[in-house]
Amino acid sequence: MTMYGFIRRSVQWMALLFCGLSTTGCSSNVLVFHPAGPVSRIEEHLIIMSIILVTIVVVPVILLLWYIVRTFRDTPNNPAPYEPEWSESRVLESIWWGIPIIIVAVLGFFTVKDTFALTRPPEKVTNPLTILVTSLDWKWMFQYPGQQVATVNYCEIPASRPVQFVLTSNAPMNSFWVPELGGQEYTMPGMAMRLWLQADQPGIYYGHGANFSGKGFAHMQFNVHAVKQTQFDAWVKHLKRTAPPLTMDGYHGLVRPSVVGQMSFSSYPPTIFRDMIMQEGGMYMKHDMTILGTAD
Amino acid sequence: MPGYDRHHPTPFFVSGDPMIYASDVLIALTLVGVVFVLTYFRRWRWLWEEWITTVDHKKIGIMYLLAALAMMFRGGVDSELMRTQLAFPNNHFLGAEHYDQIFTTHGTIMILFMAMPLIFAMMNIAVPLQIGARDVAFPYLNAISFWLFFFGAMLFNLSFVIGGSPDAGWVSYPPLTETPFDPGPGENFYLLALQISGIGSIATGINFLVTILKMRAPGMTLMRMPLFPWSVLSASVLIIFAFPALTIALALLLLDRLAGAHFFTMLQGGNPMMYVNLFWVWGHPEVYIVVLPAFGIFSEVFATFSRKRVFGYTSMVASLMTIAVISYFVWAHHFFTMGAGPGVNSFFAIASMCVGIPTGVKVFNWLFTMFKGRIRTSLPMLWAIGFIPNFAIGGATGIMLAAAPGDYQYHNSYFLIAHFHQVLIGGVVYGMLAGMYYWWPKMFGFILDERIGRWAFWLFNIGFYVCFMPQYQLGFMGMTRRVYIYPADMGWSTLNLISTVGAYLMGIAFVLIVVEILYSAVWGVRDTTGDPWDGRTLEWSLPSPAPHYNFAHVPVVTERDAWWGQKEARKKGEIQKETRPFQPIHMPRNSGRPFIMSLCFFIGGFGLVFEWYPLALVGLVGILTSLLMRSVERDTDYYIPVEEIQHIESNLGRA
Amino acid sequence: MAIGHDAVLSEDDETTPLEYRHENDVLRIYGFWLFIATDLVLFGTLFATYVVLRANTAGGPSESQLFEVPIFTAETLILLTSSFTCGLATFQMHRKKHGWLSFWLVVTVLLGATFIGLELSEFITYATHGATMQRSAFLSAFFTLVGTHGIHVSMGILWMLSILYQLWRTGLNSTTARKVFVVGLYWHFLDVVWVFIFTVVYLTGVAH
Repeated sequence: MTMYGFIRRSVQWMALLFCGLSTTGCSSNVLVFHPAGPVSRIEEHLIIMSIILVTIVVVPVILLLWYIVRTFRDTPNNPAPYEPEWSESRVLESIWWGIPIIIVAVLGFFTVKDTFALTRPPEKVTNPLTILVTSLDWKWMFQYPGQQVATVNYCEIPASRPVQFVLTSNAPMNSFWVPELGGQEYTMPGMAMRLWLQADQPGIYYGHGANFSGKGFAHMQFNVHAVKQTQFDAWVKHLKRTAPPLTMDGYHGLVRPSVVGQMSFSSYPPTIFRDMIMQEGGMYMKHDMTILGTAD
Repeated sequence: MPGYDRHHPTPFFVSGDPMIYASDVLIALTLVGVVFVLTYFRRWRWLWEEWITTVDHKKIGIMYLLAALAMMFRGGVDSELMRTQLAFPNNHFLGAEHYDQIFTTHGTIMILFMAMPLIFAMMNIAVPLQIGARDVAFPYLNAISFWLFFFGAMLFNLSFVIGGSPDAGWVSYPPLTETPFDPGPGENFYLLALQISGIGSIATGINFLVTILKMRAPGMTLMRMPLFPWSVLSASVLIIFAFPALTIALALLLLDRLAGAHFFTMLQGGNPMMYVNLFWVWGHPEVYIVVLPAFGIFSEVFATFSRKRVFGYTSMVASLMTIAVISYFVWAHHFFTMGAGPGVNSFFAIASMCVGIPTGVKVFNWLFTMFKGRIRTSLPMLWAIGFIPNFAIGGATGIMLAAAPGDYQYHNSYFLIAHFHQVLIGGVVYGMLAGMYYWWPKMFGFILDERIGRWAFWLFNIGFYVCFMPQYQLGFMGMTRRVYIYPADMGWSTLNLISTVGAYLMGIAFVLIVVEILYSAVWGVRDTTGDPWDGRTLEWSLPSPAPHYNFAHVPVVTERDAWWGQKEARKKGEIQKETRPFQPIHMPRNSGRPFIMSLCFFIGGFGLVFEWYPLALVGLVGILTSLLMRSVERDTDYYIPVEEIQHIESNLGRA
Repeated sequence: MAIGHDAVLSEDDETTPLEYRHENDVLRIYGFWLFIATDLVLFGTLFATYVVLRANTAGGPSESQLFEVPIFTAETLILLTSSFTCGLATFQMHRKKHGWLSFWLVVTVLLGATFIGLELSEFITYATHGATMQRSAFLSAFFTLVGTHGIHVSMGILWMLSILYQLWRTGLNSTTARKVFVVGLYWHFLDVVWVFIFTVVYLTGVAH
């Protein structure tokens, strides 16, 4: 079998594979390409643009490789030119120093623009919802300072309203990721990090810890339920009425390593989030102080 | 801070799993077998005099290569186990603890005990021969480097049967790796094994930088030097300025664990983010430390097997150096999601994208090295050609990852896994295998079998795409790395199964390479000319394998591609026969001390792993004694007399 | 024992310093400069760690409560002087004054030992007042940074003793000359590191 045959076959084969992948790319399982909010939409646009930009280089490289290896084989009667000493070309080299520079400049511009954009709320609203997120071994706890309710391994948000997640950890660091709503951010002990997300439509969005944190890490799944504002208010009222309160002892129980299901609490000791961050290093960080200031 | 108690006693020997018992038996049988063979064939003295005490860069290179292949086997078995576990949703082939240990050892071994020794193997084998030197600048230190790596690797692998393997990932982030969350000795094994082999790596960096800067043959200016030594030069600079950061990161974490310090703890003011920064200040340059020498090998291979000068030599050198410099300014792209602020993320995003510019230039230069050449697809060239599409895609996804907001979605997902396997396998492993096939005749005097080698290449190459292309998609589907189990309803099942099939194909390819080596040792084509590939650089002017002093006459270099030039001149009848008389050659003596001193490092490290301080002290005293004895040693070198050189050269048909 | 292209560069050339006459020795000095570069990065990393963690006292003693001006001034003066005497040793070596060379090396070793003794007593004082490495991140960083320098100095002392022994055994030749020169480089380097410890750790610390 000749090299040429092999290459032709593998090109065809790879084309098939890519077709297969791109059809699955449209299915709703491909969370990153199914943005359900303004944040993930910005990220998806940047991802698609970056794919197009890099394709400008990758495709010519593969085609050139295919052409060159096919043409310049070391066979006795190969009519293609052979110039063993030809090794310099200002023009050619300027082209391939130049094109990547242009691509990086374009992509860099949009990257910087989006990086700054994502640190701001997705829309200008006066009353964003704040949710305090704590990663524990091996579960997610959500506290609602405005509503004074808490949940474990799921969280309820109103759709079409920016949500300010304030992230920390009272266990080895993890990462808070809800792919359909937006990219992730680390949860770290002693740190308060801010992540803006927003859902366009009511729905249930898959979330998972993304940074390995030990034995139960694979089970750190949580769902984000986006509902209409009125339903959200009803849910809070329902919790206040029916759910048990979270006591200090109850909190220490949650901190202990375990894998648990979903839980709801009608109240929680109001300062645990701040106290825990302060104790674990937040007292040395001005950054934490400012974020915690906006969170209360 | 969680105050729970997880101090259950750890058994000295790892127990409880049939797979571990099976490996215990295998390890014991292998050891007995090795001892038996050595005794039966009376090879103990040979082993000691020819190998363990050697300071010859060629033999050290061979030992690095064999050790790296063994580690590739270990790390490869790890990956097959992981892929088997992930082949089906809700699979219970491995438990969480076991899976965590396996991905940790897989990553650590593949980067530090497979990729590193593999590049050191190629550096040792080729650099002195290519620059016309008789050895590296410090042969004794070179032996120390090897044995430190060897005993570091042994210490790390020992954790498999004694004490338990580390299980916090190859990055070993605190506070997960602090005592409250990870009390067993596994993490200590990680810290000490890396520390010991890391010292050896720093020494290698210094050694090769001095060798390349100071020991080139007369007439070989820097800009006449082949590109592989250039790539080693840039990698050595990176080692020198990056590895100390790892040394400190590991040392501080060890102090936390053993001495109760508070660098990265959750309480008492510790700052875990500091570790993450220190780790990647080393970790990112480390990626280039392993990939730049691969670039160097590709430059040699493309030129040789296209029978043409390398295209854009100056650009090639410039891009190597640019990549080396930029690689110090991109470490934070490993944690864009740490929330460092948009300014910081923007800086590191753009710096990371900039790496793509010189790398892209190199790819085009390699393509145009083949353009208007005469391409032979021998095994080294096959791996080099296979590298290009691989690296183009891997580099492209790298640019995608560098766009910080995109990275918020890719980070720690299978997209990232696919990307770095594509650049590290596609770049480093393809490069090193190309180098192995290329220099194999120079090392052993025979050529590796072409037919089996082609099967191995195609299986590996196809297996690679089958394994890793689905993983890009899995990342988009939200699958995170380091999960040992996943549910059936996410739509990940088919792609995971495909990926596992690909991993098996690559495993078969590895077995084929081993078969190929054994087959060729007996039936392989012997290389009698010393120049089986019609090479361009000085190593091909020597017989295969080269005599221990390398060059009977130090070559005088007048141009790039020195050996090609000599051959062209000879064809035109312009070159005179060598008329210089032989001179006595100054050589270093063999020494057992590098081995013994590294053994002391091993003993001391083992003592620290289990916090047996008297044993650690024994190791420390051994190390200091070895250093002192070397300092006062005077009989360190000798001269090979002219008659002996004459004898060896005439036996080789060269005088 | 590098395999030189011409092992002897300029054996009889009196203008070349003794330590630079063999290619072996030239390579080793070159290599040692690179080692110093790695050590510099190592200390740089420790300094960075210290600066990040210096305020993280976890309610324990802070820099200004701990450091005593007379002690660290004395340490600084002693180490600076030892660097000077080490320089005198190299100077005498170039003048081929074997006796003076050994004398100044001995003085350097004694000064180094005094420095180590002072530093140890400083550490012990801190520890007896509860300021141990386990107390806070700041103290972990302090003891590690200053302690690493101290271990370097102690290694330097052992090294100089070994060189003194070799000088006594084999006299002054190109090998021992190279060793004296290299240990001198090492010693001056440690002095430079100390100057940074003096300013970054101690002076800035008491000024806070």
